[in-house]
Amino acid sequence: MSALLKIDNLSGGYYKEDIIRGLSLDINPGDFLGIIGPNGCGKTTLLRLITRVLNLRQGDIFYKGRNIAQMELKEFCRSVAFVSQDIATGFSFTVMELVLMGRIPHLRRLQFETKKDIEIAREKMVLTDILQLRDKRIDELSAGERQRVVIARALAQEPELLLLDEPTAHLDIGHQVQVLDLLKKLNRSGSLTIAMILHDLNLASAYSNRIALLDQGKIFKEGSPEEVLTYQNIERVYKTIVLVNNNPVTGKPNVVLVPEDKR
Amino acid sequence: MRLKRKLIILFLFLGLAIVFGLIKGAVNIPLGDLLLKNNRLVFDLRLMRVIAAILAGSGLAVAGIALQAILRNPLAEPYLLGTSSGAGLAAVSAVIIGVSRIYLPLAAFLGAVLSIVIVYNLASDRGQVADKSLILSGVIISIAFSSLIVFLVSLFGNEAMHEMNWWLWGSLQVYDTKLLLLVAFPVILGIGIIYLFAQDLNAISLGEEEAKHLGIDTQNIKKIVVLISALISGSLICICGIIGFVGLIVPHMMRLVSGPNHKTLIPLTCLAAAVFMILCDLLSRTLFAPVEIPIGVITAIIGAPVFILLLKKAKRIS
Repeated sequence: MSALLKIDNLSGGYYKEDIIRGLSLDINPGDFLGIIGPNGCGKTTLLRLITRVLNLRQGDIFYKGRNIAQMELKEFCRSVAFVSQDIATGFSFTVMELVLMGRIPHLRRLQFETKKDIEIAREKMVLTDILQLRDKRIDELSAGERQRVVIARALAQEPELLLLDEPTAHLDIGHQVQVLDLLKKLNRSGSLTIAMILHDLNLASAYSNRIALLDQGKIFKEGSPEEVLTYQNIERVYKTIVLVNNNPVTGKPNVVLVPEDKR
Repeated sequence: MRLKRKLIILFLFLGLAIVFGLIKGAVNIPLGDLLLKNNRLVFDLRLMRVIAAILAGSGLAVAGIALQAILRNPLAEPYLLGTSSGAGLAAVSAVIIGVSRIYLPLAAFLGAVLSIVIVYNLASDRGQVADKSLILSGVIISIAFSSLIVFLVSLFGNEAMHEMNWWLWGSLQVYDTKLLLLVAFPVILGIGIIYLFAQDLNAISLGEEEAKHLGIDTQNIKKIVVLISALISGSLICICGIIGFVGLIVPHMMRLVSGPNHKTLIPLTCLAAAVFMILCDLLSRTLFAPVEIPIGVITAIIGAPVFILLLKKAKRIS
């Protein structure tokens, strides 16, 4: 099976230094890939390099075999969508207006949305359960509702690959599960490929079919949750002591933190 | 649709404002007598003022909206990036050198464009322009050029300078029909172009990264929008000098009324700003007739309280 997104020996970061240093990774069609790693290991930088917000210094990224540097930005955004942790609320757009912005990559310059675009936006709002909020302004919503708006907008781009940067960061556990269940559903039924940064190792374990553990700008270990989430790997990368047992519900590895006085 | 209704209401207001602008003045002319032959001169003069007011109001408000969106700062105004002081400096220099008065608008326009080019290049770092550096270099150039104006005026101050001063405060007294028509062209064109970027402005107002994730080439659009808004404000400076406040408060008021979506915000603001400007001009020439108050003073005196009222009201609603 050929990769949907192939990252080949990638290096890049900010002006002065590379954060990502010679990283290679394949994202396969249908993947639910969890990206984990300690603070500063380059998870977010990796996604920003993929979405071309940052310029890469070395290496190549291929989408379905095409080098993304040669793709037009709009064309790329019709295939790959990005979901950030939160949404700017400076100018208070309505939910409908924000979700409709997801159609921008499908519109030609100077073209306004058609009925079809509005229908797609509606459909994605039903999917993310925010249709009843359509005329609300973004600054009137709770963090959980806002996150669903961002996801609905990304879905309105009708991507094949969805990249998410800690979509559950500002959510309580109820909303975390709600958002991740939705993504799992889209991944299974809608054949949407997902690559997602998660801080919570147990959420990553429960939802991902593959996990990439990053350390110092490189892939430290990549594979199934059972292969990656061993106490040896976690202790080496995160520099703390953990206990890994089995989650009785999912059957996946479960990481337990060990406070210093209990060691 | 709600937008249609708002547009119709504003069009009615605009119609009323135009009629008032034509019949009121130092001398009031009844509506029926406006087209009489012996009123022809007054009618023509007032019509030109009304047209200038519509152009200045709409143009400055739309230039303001555009800069507010790309800088994600509701406090941005059309002159933020140095166009006013650039135009002023060029015009003052032209007067000192002794350039004929008919070339003053051209000098002002060139000064405005030149200052925006300087500001943009100062802010640019490896082809990328950050919002903060853009605002910062705009402010620095504005202060530097304004000081140069004061320096030149204090060295070479004379009668001509007195006239310049009037012009730096803004006036809708149009001397030249041809110039008015010449300015109308870039202003209307500029408003149209900015409207075509409405959806891009929506996305960019969320943040540069967000816009890029929606496939928008933010750096290029920023460049185009900055240039077009400079073209609008620079052209307007040629006929009416520098009119503050309208580019700041009318967009803000309309955002409170109808939200930040540029597809509706731009047309609504265009109309509202035209009405606002005609009425301010009317006040400027009737309040203490025959003395005319600089229009910039009126916009501020009227605008500030209206603005505060709206802010308070908006707070109460939410």
